[in-house]
Amino acid sequence: MQATGMLGEDGIHVDMNHLKKGEVNLGTSIMAINFKDGVILGADSRTTTGAYIANRVTDKLTQVHDTIWCCRSGSAADTQAVADIVQYHLGMYGITNNEPPSTQTAAAIFQELCYSNKDQLSAGMIIAGYDHRHGGQVYSIPLGGSLHKQAYAIGGSGSTYIYGYCDSYWQENMSEAEGIQFVKGALQEAIKWDGSSGGVIRMVVLTASGAQRHLYLPDQAYKGPGKQ
Amino acid sequence: MPGFDFSNHNRNAALHAQGVPLPKATSTGTTIVGCLFDGGVVIAADTRATSGPIVADKNCEKLHYIAPQIWCAGAGTAADTEFTTAIISSNLELHALSTGRKPRVVTCMTMLKQHLFRHQGHIGAYLVVAGVDPTGSHLFTVHAHGSTDKLPYVTMGSGSLAAMSVFETQWKNKMSRDDAVKLCADAIEAGIFNDLGSGSNVDVAVITEEKTTLMRNFITPNKRVPKQRNYRFQHGTTAVLNEKVITREEIGKYVTVHELDDDTVAATAETMDVDQ
Repeated sequence: MQATGMLGEDGIHVDMNHLKKGEVNLGTSIMAINFKDGVILGADSRTTTGAYIANRVTDKLTQVHDTIWCCRSGSAADTQAVADIVQYHLGMYGITNNEPPSTQTAAAIFQELCYSNKDQLSAGMIIAGYDHRHGGQVYSIPLGGSLHKQAYAIGGSGSTYIYGYCDSYWQENMSEAEGIQFVKGALQEAIKWDGSSGGVIRMVVLTASGAQRHLYLPDQAYKGPGKQ
Repeated sequence: MPGFDFSNHNRNAALHAQGVPLPKATSTGTTIVGCLFDGGVVIAADTRATSGPIVADKNCEKLHYIAPQIWCAGAGTAADTEFTTAIISSNLELHALSTGRKPRVVTCMTMLKQHLFRHQGHIGAYLVVAGVDPTGSHLFTVHAHGSTDKLPYVTMGSGSLAAMSVFETQWKNKMSRDDAVKLCADAIEAGIFNDLGSGSNVDVAVITEEKTTLMRNFITPNKRVPKQRNYRFQHGTTAVLNEKVITREEIGKYVTVHELDDDTVAATAETMDVDQ
């Protein structure tokens, strides 16, 4: 067994930042973008335990309210627990205020959980939602628990390969078809270059008319079947 | 000095820093699987329990009862799978009693994941949760850290790779009950024969809307056959060189001799009460 701690001059140091042994990891490519009519979330579908693919058709796009969704990256257990707690809070918010929560409110609850438990969590989240007052919005919460409102956000291990792609192809106010092609093209590259990402491409399109799921399969060259 | 003594904590931290590994708990190198079919769900497990390289039990039970229509297959630390399923089974029954409804598989899965997440992976229970409830038939995996997956066919444990290779080549959508049972048994057999941590027999449980059928030792591919030869020596093989008889009166001078009521009773200090 490998040592996980060190004995320095000033005492004992234990490395808390490594993934716990045998923990299920979302070595991931996730992203969310704004487009003309709302937002699009996208993700690959690979979850790994070490070198083994524990699930090849994972759904990393999680609904936390009617039109507020999140992309999960990092530890599967941590991100599921955080998303479940946020779903509970937003459900309570919606009932007590008789009005759906805004995307910003959802992102703030995510941040509260991710920041106050930052020493124990490895969770990188992207929150995207549509509300009638603000339209589509995309927020990113990286590992430290900071909150960033962005035009588009990318995350997970695979995202490092597509900074150039996204920067080069990004346009404001894309149409739905253009947005889908942007997300799909970026995730295809991420899957191609990142060994920890793979499987199918899942997408959720959030507009004034609600949520629409998309699925793109590798054996159909990520062309279809499309809308679910 | 009154109070608690925390000196062992400092010792353990120093040993940990020097790279001394923690003591290992007993774990079950295991193959467990589950598969949905048209009208229900089937789960299966091997029956080998190990502690390190030793086979601790050749025919243990890895299919755990949660509720009449919800069952769990367990891998990982044997004690943890046993107690985790028992605790959730108990809480789920109280929940069913207080709501007056049949327990749901998602409820069971949520209770398991929250319990395991709370203990941050220190409870080494890796579970396949399967069952039928008023909303349909369901199949989940729950990992020790509290993550869950929902899939039409699942494998876990050290034999999961061997078992998954069977599912990935033979699984079809909407199988019949018998086909699903056969597929699960084949997947477990792949684990038994190709994984050192798995072995012995195949246990299967089939859950449908009507009833649950537990098929203990559904397949026994490792039957123990009588030895072809034995090496017992015949009476008189060893020559008697001398013989000495000590009478009761004689030995009574040194120790106390008790008379037994009848010859068939073994000479024990205290007799034990046993259920007949």
